[in-house]
Amino acid sequence: MSDELTNSQLGAMAYDPAPESASIARIKPAYGLFINGEFSDPSSHEAFVTLNPATEEPLASVAQASTADVDRAVYAARRAYDTVWSKTTGAERSKYLFRIARIIQERSRELAVVETLDNGKPIRESRDIDIPLAAAHFFYYAGWADKLDHAGFGPDPKPLGVAGQIIPWNFPLLMAAWKLAPALAAGNTCVLKPAETTPLSALILAEILQQAELPEGVVNIITGDGSTGAALVDHPGVDKIAFTGSTEVGRLIQQRVATSHKHLTLELGGKGANIVFEDAPIDEMIEGIIDGIFFNQGHVCCAGSRLLVQESVADDVLRRLIRRVDQLRVGDPLDKNTDVGAINSAAQLSRIKELTAYGEEEGATRYTSTCSLPDKGYWFAPTVFADVSQSHRIAREEIFGPVLSVLTFRTPEEAVAKANNTNYGLACGVWSEKGSRTLWVAERLRAGVVWANTYNRFDPTSPFGGVRESGFGREGGRHGLEAYLNV
Amino acid sequence: MPAVENETQLRALLGGLSGVDAVGAEARAAKLATRSLKKSTKLAALDLAISMVDLTTLEGADTPGRVTSLCTKAMHPDPSDSGVPHVAAACVYPDLVAHARHVLGASPVKVAAVATSFPSGRASLNVKLLDVREAVSAGADEIDMVIDRGAFLSGRLGQVFDEVVAVKEACGSTHLKVILETGELVTYDNVRRASWIAMLAGADFIKTSTGKVGVNATLPTALVMLEAVRDFAETTGVVVGVKVAGGIRSAKDALRYLVVINETVGSAWLSPDRFRFGASSLLNDLLMQRLKQRRGVYVRPDEFSGD
Repeated sequence: MSDELTNSQLGAMAYDPAPESASIARIKPAYGLFINGEFSDPSSHEAFVTLNPATEEPLASVAQASTADVDRAVYAARRAYDTVWSKTTGAERSKYLFRIARIIQERSRELAVVETLDNGKPIRESRDIDIPLAAAHFFYYAGWADKLDHAGFGPDPKPLGVAGQIIPWNFPLLMAAWKLAPALAAGNTCVLKPAETTPLSALILAEILQQAELPEGVVNIITGDGSTGAALVDHPGVDKIAFTGSTEVGRLIQQRVATSHKHLTLELGGKGANIVFEDAPIDEMIEGIIDGIFFNQGHVCCAGSRLLVQESVADDVLRRLIRRVDQLRVGDPLDKNTDVGAINSAAQLSRIKELTAYGEEEGATRYTSTCSLPDKGYWFAPTVFADVSQSHRIAREEIFGPVLSVLTFRTPEEAVAKANNTNYGLACGVWSEKGSRTLWVAERLRAGVVWANTYNRFDPTSPFGGVRESGFGREGGRHGLEAYLNV
Repeated sequence: MPAVENETQLRALLGGLSGVDAVGAEARAAKLATRSLKKSTKLAALDLAISMVDLTTLEGADTPGRVTSLCTKAMHPDPSDSGVPHVAAACVYPDLVAHARHVLGASPVKVAAVATSFPSGRASLNVKLLDVREAVSAGADEIDMVIDRGAFLSGRLGQVFDEVVAVKEACGSTHLKVILETGELVTYDNVRRASWIAMLAGADFIKTSTGKVGVNATLPTALVMLEAVRDFAETTGVVVGVKVAGGIRSAKDALRYLVVINETVGSAWLSPDRFRFGASSLLNDLLMQRLKQRRGVYVRPDEFSGD
């Protein structure tokens, strides 16, 4: 039997469409700003439209917060901090967090559809990963709220005050949960700004906060573009800025808060290396590489976007990898059988196209999935570049899309050197059946997270964050509390 | 196909196989289990699953009457609908093979017999071979043998291999399915190695389990075996089938296996020639779901014969 015979029929049984119903989302035509426990119109009465990236159809009109609105939100947060939240016991705060977690679970189907419509990610991922993890973060930090004395930051650690939180578009609700849950558990009040292209799940979260009867002003959610974020960063009433997003914007924020009293944590880009040794469990490793780079269309800051594979098995790994890439089901994100959804925005799509064009120009061998792509919407077929060298742009710059660069190495030393030869330092993966080598490699990698024989696994109990240009500060686990405590 | 001349060589061959990461294999199977088959895909899949069933009765209390009933059902799973395909085989103990053969006559439904001192395999090789020869001469089209798990787990891999070779020889042209009894092998690494031993020794099918121990067919085990079959076909050009048996009772479970086949070895294995379900109660659920798809409502379980 030739390869072709088995390959050509792989996944040949077609699946009829199995779409989740979009109407479950119950999206309203327009959303205001969530300030002081209620939705209100922005002072400027300006609004922008958020699109479904899979169809380019408008989903809802969302308020554009001005500097005056940011001021109003920060004031509401400050007042809530002074009058209510700082006087609320840990056990009481815990009660609210548990309540929020449970309502997220109750409304999980709706949230999953909203997330998929607004972001373009497959419903399988929003349903099985984003929403359950968001609830898990609230559950986890609910447990910490009355135990801060025992978190290892001394007796009776104090909150910082008002936290300004700016989150990205790749995991809209999950990032909101990563930011809000530890901040609230530690006793801070919050002003959260979701990303311009994916504001909807945060606005549903605002409804959930109302449902949970969280005291007004404790969490304020303001929508807008970069100018809204800048106004929040610059606001003198904010004690802490937590940002997740690009290294470029992170650098600007750090400059702007440098002369202020504000605390800062940054979770920025990455160029994660997935290191494959010849003794790796091959089938699971192939799945891990696929998950590492094609999960969430590669819109993952810790994506395993560089594959470093030991030369002795490189051909076999590449052959199996490409066979698997061809099998990925790309298309309607609401279809329960979709593996790879839509690129979140036209801007991101053009950046991916630009960088992949460089890849070809610089001489890497391009392999693109033969999948067919929908006519409307923002789509990019899963792509693998072989014969990539360290100096190629596609090996150095974060593409933030479904594009994998494959490099080879011969010795563990070379693997470590190549993995570390980047300005980033967020996450790496090591694949080997030999524990001692995995540990040897892991302790030499300059990265906040190292996964062994898996990739892109997240858990609220595990701290997450980067080193070098991937940022500083940790989210998740006991460590995640430190970012919101005055210690 | 690489010729295996001695145990040292066999060990070297198996040593070259990649390990299986249990967490990863189970995660992959769980992910595939979330696939959602709808409409025409589901209808086609249900019919395909029916055609892959080895309708089985393996009880001490089996009677010729029960086997008659089983064989009749195997030929016409739903007598009220001629569009329902016949199942692949009727699977019985060796002493009932002649009777099953008689009932099935010229029907395309095969007679499968469990032999080699099924299910434990605890007998001398001579007894096992005699068991096989009797079943074959009584008219069995397919023999389901068990490997010697005791020998496998104590490292006598050559013995396991030689037994399969001997049984294959006793089978002649009769189709041989080799039961690994994965529930007793415990680890996925063992499942992968046992799969390769059976395939190298000439198995036509590798089969998960007897259905007689605590842990029978599971989705990750089937995944690991299908990966072995795929890699074996790529390396040697020899195509081996897979049979899952024990504990598969619902149509939903059966469809999950079809998805795993589709996305692991490809549609060439989506045929009764290359994949089987060893089951008894599964058939009625497949029939019920099939009617549900066509009529939009569930029928009473009593609509279908019990056995």
